[in-house]
Amino acid sequence: MDLLHAIFVDPFAQMIASPDLLAQTIWEGFVGGILYALIALGFVLIYKASGVFNFAQGIMMVFAALTLVGLHEKGVPAWLALVLTIAVMYGLAVGVERLVLRPLVNQPDIILLMATFGVTYFLIGFGELVFGGNPKSMITRELYLPDGSIDLHVLGGRVQLQKLDIAAAAIALAMVAALALFFQRTRIGRALRAVADDHQAALSVGISLNQIWVIVWFTAGVVALATGIFWGARSDVSFALQVISLKALPVLILGGLTSVPGAIVGGLIIGIGEKLGEFYWGPLLGGGIESWLAYVIALAFLLFRPQGLFGEKIIERI
Amino acid sequence: MSGAGGDILLSVDNVSLSFGGVRAISDVSFDIRKGEIRAIIGPNGAGKTSMLNVVNGFYHPQNGQITYRGRTRTRMKPHEAAERGIARTFQNVALFRGMTTLDNIMTGRNLKMKRGLVWQALRFGPALNEEIEHRQACEEIIDFLEIEHIRKTPVGALPYGLQKRVELGRALAMEPELLLLDEPMAGMNLEEKEDMSRFIVEANRLRGATIALIEHDMGVVMDLSDRVVVLQYGRKIADDVPAVVKADQAVIDAYLGVGR
Repeated sequence: MDLLHAIFVDPFAQMIASPDLLAQTIWEGFVGGILYALIALGFVLIYKASGVFNFAQGIMMVFAALTLVGLHEKGVPAWLALVLTIAVMYGLAVGVERLVLRPLVNQPDIILLMATFGVTYFLIGFGELVFGGNPKSMITRELYLPDGSIDLHVLGGRVQLQKLDIAAAAIALAMVAALALFFQRTRIGRALRAVADDHQAALSVGISLNQIWVIVWFTAGVVALATGIFWGARSDVSFALQVISLKALPVLILGGLTSVPGAIVGGLIIGIGEKLGEFYWGPLLGGGIESWLAYVIALAFLLFRPQGLFGEKIIERI
Repeated sequence: MSGAGGDILLSVDNVSLSFGGVRAISDVSFDIRKGEIRAIIGPNGAGKTSMLNVVNGFYHPQNGQITYRGRTRTRMKPHEAAERGIARTFQNVALFRGMTTLDNIMTGRNLKMKRGLVWQALRFGPALNEEIEHRQACEEIIDFLEIEHIRKTPVGALPYGLQKRVELGRALAMEPELLLLDEPMAGMNLEEKEDMSRFIVEANRLRGATIALIEHDMGVVMDLSDRVVVLQYGRKIADDVPAVVKADQAVIDAYLGVGR
């Protein structure tokens, strides 16, 4: 009885008793969730356009952040470092298209997946060679990102919002909105959706696959840079940060590998879910459940809705 | 016989194509004149689809040349073929299944849209006018193919006959000089075939598209086409107007087998 009470009654009683703590927890989950969503978005973009599950997405995030900080360490002004990093991500997109995707076109998916493992190790090695392997701290101040926090006196208590988190959420939302407009309305966006559906037909109307691949890998690279800046600001910039990208997997399982809205909703569910879980149910298990709760949620989803919330249901005719 | 006497639009010279040890096409030459409807027929596995794939650059032949609108190539590129006015449909419908009929047809205008991406995203100024202009062109095609009622339906949900029509619409949206149709009537009933025949003839006469068509229904081929090329085991066995081809002994043998 005590156990049932502790699981089903007590947490909710706590939520009602101190709504300010609940709001604080949800806000923190929201910010985490939106950053997970950005990582997942990188996976979705590339998967949709080239059918490749890009294992290197996490490392791209670290590599982008590392390039930014590394360039700044070498004396490049912050704004120029940002521009150069974007240029480097473009170079990476072109390189991946030329050296990986183009030679491996029409190969089985598993080969392309393995090729992205290759890209991962290349980026780790290359990044360490150029910028060194020790952790660096993100140049938040130089990029004019705000620090400090705002205290809201609401709900009979105090909710503290980090200004950096607000900026992260705002920039992430702006990026998602820009991407949505880009895909729905521009000719490239239409071409991209076309490529996602049928390569041959896309070729026949004059869409260049190579061009589209460069565009999606570049877009994924820019998304990776944004994620890298904010995750880097929350901890520090090191290759250990790529572990966070593993959290994108449960997000993708929830949202479906092919759905942009799915990535966002999935990210928020995982982000908020794990914070709530940790705060209200964590103590029952001695805490620390945040690190694995996301996978349990994903596992439950796999049992009941394997295609994800928004993914396409795959029905094969026999 | 509409434009059977026109200039040569495309000529294929001594093309051979093999996949590893399998010869799909051996030393085939033929030409397509401007304005005609040219049929390519032959038993299964004769190399007809391979031939279309060579023409629009999906396959690269080991030997031979393709001359299209005065420019000679050993290997076409799909992108270049599309840019220079070659459109096509596929044997097993290749549509963008998640997109609506209208969006599918709009992809055919892809190469014709030139305005900046930022303006397109914001639907502003010249980009808005451009979008409207291309929408109109597409609506016209939708009217022409009598598919107004499915304009906003995702094509994955449509019955097969309509999907074939949408695919034709997408090809027509490119305002092609040369339209390659790979079995446009496969799996259709009589009524659907009659509709499709009408669309093909009108695309040819009214929209000025030269058409190369693979088809198995001999009645359709004989009615529609100006000239017929017959392939068997990757070789050309006949090339003439329908009446002559129909009477050709080699063709009859190819289709019915040779009595010994």
